[in-house]
Amino acid sequence: MSEKASIQEIERDIVEEFALFDSWDDKYEYIIDLGKKLPPLEEQYKTDVNKVRGCQSTVWLVSDYREGKVFYKAESDAMIIKGLISMLIRVLSGHSPDEIIEARLDFIQEIGMTSHLAQTRSNGLLAMVKQMKNFALVYKLKYAAA
Amino acid sequence: MIEAATISTSLDVHAIREQFPVLTRKVKGRPLVYLDNAATSQKPQAVIDAIVHYYSHYNANIHRGIHTLAEEATAAFEETRDAVQHFLNAASREEIIFTRGATEGINLVAYAWGRKNIHAGDEIIISTMEHHSNIVPWQVLCQEKGASLKVIPINDLGELMLDEYEKLLGPKTRLVSIVHVSNALGTLNPVGKIISLAHQAGALVLVDGAQSSVHLDIDVRALDCDFFVFSSHKIYGPTGVGVLYGKRELLDSMAIFQGGGEMIKEVSFEKTTFNDLPYKFEAGTPNIADTIALKTALDFVEQTGKEKIRKHEASLLAYATDQLEQLPGLKIIGTAREKISVISFVIEHIHPQDLGILLDNRGIAVRTGHHCAEPLMRRFGIPGTTRASLAMYNTKEEIDELISGLQKAINMLS
Repeated sequence: MSEKASIQEIERDIVEEFALFDSWDDKYEYIIDLGKKLPPLEEQYKTDVNKVRGCQSTVWLVSDYREGKVFYKAESDAMIIKGLISMLIRVLSGHSPDEIIEARLDFIQEIGMTSHLAQTRSNGLLAMVKQMKNFALVYKLKYAAA
Repeated sequence: MIEAATISTSLDVHAIREQFPVLTRKVKGRPLVYLDNAATSQKPQAVIDAIVHYYSHYNANIHRGIHTLAEEATAAFEETRDAVQHFLNAASREEIIFTRGATEGINLVAYAWGRKNIHAGDEIIISTMEHHSNIVPWQVLCQEKGASLKVIPINDLGELMLDEYEKLLGPKTRLVSIVHVSNALGTLNPVGKIISLAHQAGALVLVDGAQSSVHLDIDVRALDCDFFVFSSHKIYGPTGVGVLYGKRELLDSMAIFQGGGEMIKEVSFEKTTFNDLPYKFEAGTPNIADTIALKTALDFVEQTGKEKIRKHEASLLAYATDQLEQLPGLKIIGTAREKISVISFVIEHIHPQDLGILLDNRGIAVRTGHHCAEPLMRRFGIPGTTRASLAMYNTKEEIDELISGLQKAINMLS
């Protein structure tokens, strides 16, 4: 039985995948493709409470805690953001709160996303990361005490 | 002779482009296509030079110093006031107040005129297509005073419904604050008619000229507006400077905006007497360099010729509209019969943010989002649009770039 890859290992995989692309067009094609494949979020979760603030597009993010791991589901009305969400879920979902809180997520910079997306938009990405980490922190505080 | 006349009626876009250094830039490896002019326009070399020249040769604080540099700086600063007076055809230079931008001009009126003249039960009229900067100051004022804000609705083309406006006007109306040209739709509003109807009802009118002043000939006396605001940075000038025009008797009767140096006549700890117009509203050291360079920008526009610029932009707008309408699933938001230089659109099943990112990837700068006009977006039932806005230096080839960029984006996203 293979152990689930660590956050750092998944990040490294993504960086390696992106290294294969010659152009930004190819990178965006890939991100858009990820966005298209992201499973839709059930309608009941698309509420104001689940909206991530600070994005130009609408992003809904929900989380779940099972057997010491945090699981995320999310969707957006914009395709590229959806692709980025898909990558964040791939990296963070299924890990412990501590691992998620401590994740450096250097891959975002290494694949060129923070420099390539304008500040206002990368803020949306950062807002998403922050929200995902906040969920992890809440689970940690809630279940560490118990 | 005939040849010279022919040349002078149309714009030499190539020669104009050479005067804007940023236009030679490459973005993402491709020539920059700058179509975000309604947000801010690029600056010609002459404007950049004026700022550098000021700081290199005669930087000094104005109005108070008696040394040579102070005199030169004061003279240049006040020359801009004369240039703006001429630009707006205002009756006197004292009616020209320098601000940080159009937004500050509106806030100045809301504060210095509004707090004195708006009372419980009074009404202020704005429209559905206002920028947030022409909504929020009045909202705050109305809440503070117990007054109410009335909103002129628009039709599906994005035009004001004037019959509804007439119904809103009444004995309680104190002010109508209206945008001249919509930043999100490009609609040119019939402000002359709006002003005369307001005056018949005994109300004052503020015209938000942030988008119009760069394209239209502005004559505040012919319009008979009571206040007019615009920003330097949308008219090829520097950021951080704006203009408030107000009729002299109104400005004279208004309370002060900010207290400080420059705006006083005499100060003791018991009492301060305030300076005369326009200095009464210009507390503190102003943005001297950028105000001086605003004159350079106005001269540049005037020398190029607004009529020529308008014709050029109108033909580009018509071409862009025609080309965009051929893209599958594309819908133009704002199809007013009178429209200027702005083209906002949505594409079925595609979020504007995705278009913005993919266009940027090809060096094309457009604006995506709600354009600081959220109530207007709600009126059309959309979260936002993609907006291309034109300036004198844009070309037909750039529109073609936009179209091919959009085609590519549509292919990638669908």
